[in-house]
Amino acid sequence: MPSEGLILGIETSCDETSAAVVKRGGEVLSLVISSQAGLHARYGGVVPEIASRAHLETLLPAVREALGEAKAGYEDLAGVAVTRGPGLIGALMVGLNAAKAISFALGIPLLAVNHLEAHIYANFLQFPELAPPLLAFVVSGGHTLLAYMPRHREYRVLGETLDDAAGEAYDKIARFLGLGYPGGPEIERVAVRGNPDAIPFPRALIRDGNYNFSLSGLKTAVVNYVRRREEEGEPVKVEDVAASFQAAVVDVQVYKIARAADEYGVERVVLAGGVAANRFLRERLGKELLRRGVRLYYPSPSLCADNAAMVAYLGWRMLEDGETSSLAVDAAAVLPLGARLP
Amino acid sequence: MTASGSEDAPIAYRIRGESATRKLAGRLAELLCPGDVVLLVGELGTGKTCFVQGIAEGLGVRERVLSPTFTLLREYTGRLPLYHLDAYRLEGPGDLSDLGLEEYLEGQGVVVVEWADRVRDFFAGDCLEVSLCFDEGGEARRVSLRFRGDSWRVRLPRLRGEKG
Repeated sequence: MPSEGLILGIETSCDETSAAVVKRGGEVLSLVISSQAGLHARYGGVVPEIASRAHLETLLPAVREALGEAKAGYEDLAGVAVTRGPGLIGALMVGLNAAKAISFALGIPLLAVNHLEAHIYANFLQFPELAPPLLAFVVSGGHTLLAYMPRHREYRVLGETLDDAAGEAYDKIARFLGLGYPGGPEIERVAVRGNPDAIPFPRALIRDGNYNFSLSGLKTAVVNYVRRREEEGEPVKVEDVAASFQAAVVDVQVYKIARAADEYGVERVVLAGGVAANRFLRERLGKELLRRGVRLYYPSPSLCADNAAMVAYLGWRMLEDGETSSLAVDAAAVLPLGARLP
Repeated sequence: MTASGSEDAPIAYRIRGESATRKLAGRLAELLCPGDVVLLVGELGTGKTCFVQGIAEGLGVRERVLSPTFTLLREYTGRLPLYHLDAYRLEGPGDLSDLGLEEYLEGQGVVVVEWADRVRDFFAGDCLEVSLCFDEGGEARRVSLRFRGDSWRVRLPRLRGEKG
């Protein structure tokens, strides 16, 4: 029986119910992820009420399974870490309330975690040698954000999306093109057989001097292109549309991240969030950074997705920092990176 | 919408470019009162979020208005509180009841709903419906405004008067 004190992690911010047990120091003893993607697929996106109900049903079994796999019991826990936000408010509340109950019943610290920060920390979990200063690009269904991280747990947000998150645009365009959900992997799967230079979609904000991103104009350009082709009775090659769309998204991201790497003189860039699993992004960005002698890190697919191991790991670091949370802490649909609890 | 369209013809505009969308929305914002509901209808890429950004600007909102598809609802502070709702992921009006939206509808703010055609039946009271359509092969947008309720009948001509 482990005696050094384990951290239980709980993650329910969107459509994955996840529980994990992490040892102090960061070794992952168990990670259970129960995806609801199948439940949401026919809607082409996450339906909040369905998500909350599914979390309610699967969370406690997931916690039990995570403890079982770690060969641990509640008595071995030194703390319980949980995602507090950002995310879907009803979904967050399921996880947060469960964590509060566990914390209260066992008399162990509650560690309320920022989901975006946990995604960044998935990289530290996976690569123990990794250390700031670095740039973090968080890109997922709900977020697109570039931050400079001078020291552990400190962030300067350099830019973010002005309209749609990358994953959201992938979902919407995939649905528009008649592809499945989630949109990112679907677009990527089809794009492999297409020509990324076939259609010159706009690269939004690429010449602006800032680090913000915008995808609404690109979305409109894709819709207009397809409509015009159809009106003219011309065939639409979905593979080319997907490849050209993906290239337009990724080109701007790569350009801006590389420019920020120059400006801040970092030697390391980390990708975080579900869209960090996009191979096209990894390859193009990796190549561009390599020319500058900058190394790109990204977590393995299971740690890119929403998962409780990253939550437990960040929770452990918070516990080390003495940053425990009150049982009065609320779930927050919107929660900036770097916002500390009072 | 059981629009009063039969007695009041919809007001239609043809506009070009994001800035024109924002400008029209900004002018509409000047007419908004507490408790108003604005329903936005239009295909992907017609500029719904852009229209909401224009309303927000017109209401003096300083925060950045993002697509609320992921979080479903975003709140902003301006001359009036702005509640920006996105029904893209919703299946029908029933999903809205679960959100506790009634509180917002009875409040002092303005509720603006994207992809409102999915949940139209939820909004039984007075409202303005703005529909955005592609025009001129996607180069322009046709914007039609329909309404339900006397307060809009009184107010809307002020927008029409400035047409062009």
